[in-house]
Amino acid sequence: MTFPISVNVNGQTMEQEIDPRTLLVHFIRDDCRLTGTHVGCDTSNCGACTVLLDGEAVKSCTVLAVQASGHDITTVEGLAPPDGPFTPIQEGFRQEHGLQCGYCTPGMLMAGTALLNEIENPTEEQIRSHLEGNLCRCTGYEMIVRSVQWAAEHPDGIPVEIGEGS
Amino acid sequence: MIPAKFDYKPASSAEEAILLLQEYGDEAKVIAGGHSLLPLMKLRLANPEVIIDIGEIQDLSFIEERDDHIAVGALTRHRLVEHSDLLRENVPLLAHAASHVGDPQVRNRGTIGGSLCHGDPASDLPAVVLATRATLIIRSQTGEREVAADDFFTDFWETAVNPAELLMEIRFPKVGDQPWAFQKFSRRAQDWAIVGCAVQHGSNPGIGMINMGSIPVRSSVAEEALRSGNAVIDVASVADEGLSPPSDIHAEVDYRRHLARVLLGRALS
Repeated sequence: MTFPISVNVNGQTMEQEIDPRTLLVHFIRDDCRLTGTHVGCDTSNCGACTVLLDGEAVKSCTVLAVQASGHDITTVEGLAPPDGPFTPIQEGFRQEHGLQCGYCTPGMLMAGTALLNEIENPTEEQIRSHLEGNLCRCTGYEMIVRSVQWAAEHPDGIPVEIGEGS
Repeated sequence: MIPAKFDYKPASSAEEAILLLQEYGDEAKVIAGGHSLLPLMKLRLANPEVIIDIGEIQDLSFIEERDDHIAVGALTRHRLVEHSDLLRENVPLLAHAASHVGDPQVRNRGTIGGSLCHGDPASDLPAVVLATRATLIIRSQTGEREVAADDFFTDFWETAVNPAELLMEIRFPKVGDQPWAFQKFSRRAQDWAIVGCAVQHGSNPGIGMINMGSIPVRSSVAEEALRSGNAVIDVASVADEGLSPPSDIHAEVDYRRHLARVLLGRALS
């Protein structure tokens, strides 16, 4: 048995008949072909699959796609236009080397985006507690925290040329 | 991991959900935020044939002041509970404990009713419901009934909510300026508590324990010691008395008993 859903993904309405047991993350990756959202632990621990649902960070491995029907989803692909400038948080991760292997990065970017939408100038403690649901096994989190701080300090995301001033 | 197949029935009102529950009974499970049920379904520990989705029933999400209590709708997400000024003022223990559930993403989806109906002794909120002596309102086709927190948790992952019933709201008595405390010990951020406790002072003090039994339990012995005006050290020393904590990969029974005494001591200090 399938169920009709209509989900707005990155500003585009996706209408589809799906098996109700389809997880939101699989709908995003397999049906919308947006593979920027990663499946990590698949148990709602690691946060790699974090997307925004009506602007709030959620773990898309623990949401049914049918539950997202009628709602707005933003994935990492929805942050910056294909040829456009990065959003502040993306630029922050570039400037502060907020990633190594990159697997957790889409989830970090989405959780960080939700944080900065809620708190413009978060303290380090607030950044750490808001990213509590996102695991990174490479960076030790220091550079990730600095990346979010960079984004908070550069709300217009003014890109700084790498190497400038050095 | 993908859940087993099920039929999906979205409900647009509590009445519709109850009709669906009446029709499907034991074969159906109610889903709200899905953060307790979906992990079980993905692990195939739960294989309901029908899922009744109450997630869009806005009427079930509210935090209201009513006379001597604050009523919280079953569908109210942890995030709203955590940030509610009404709760911070009148039932601060609940708002504080809600801010310690899972992580931000979990709190954006998970609901107070879902957490309570899951009935997990390792969850934070059942201990708060016990400590504050809240009342749970359950509705079926024949009407509503009130269940005291002490009668709500009936067995491992089982509650007083029958297959054809729906938890509607939870009523928390206002506590005014009475002190409260919440302690949760876990090895890693966002983990379940290995042991925890929720304390609400007042004329009838309540001490709810996390992960100290096969169901959410209160420490009646420590409550009695507190009521009798014993010193903190003496109250804390009986935190685990009469309780049967589990032994698992995270902690053995004796360690849990030790933690219960230490954490209650901290909570009362």
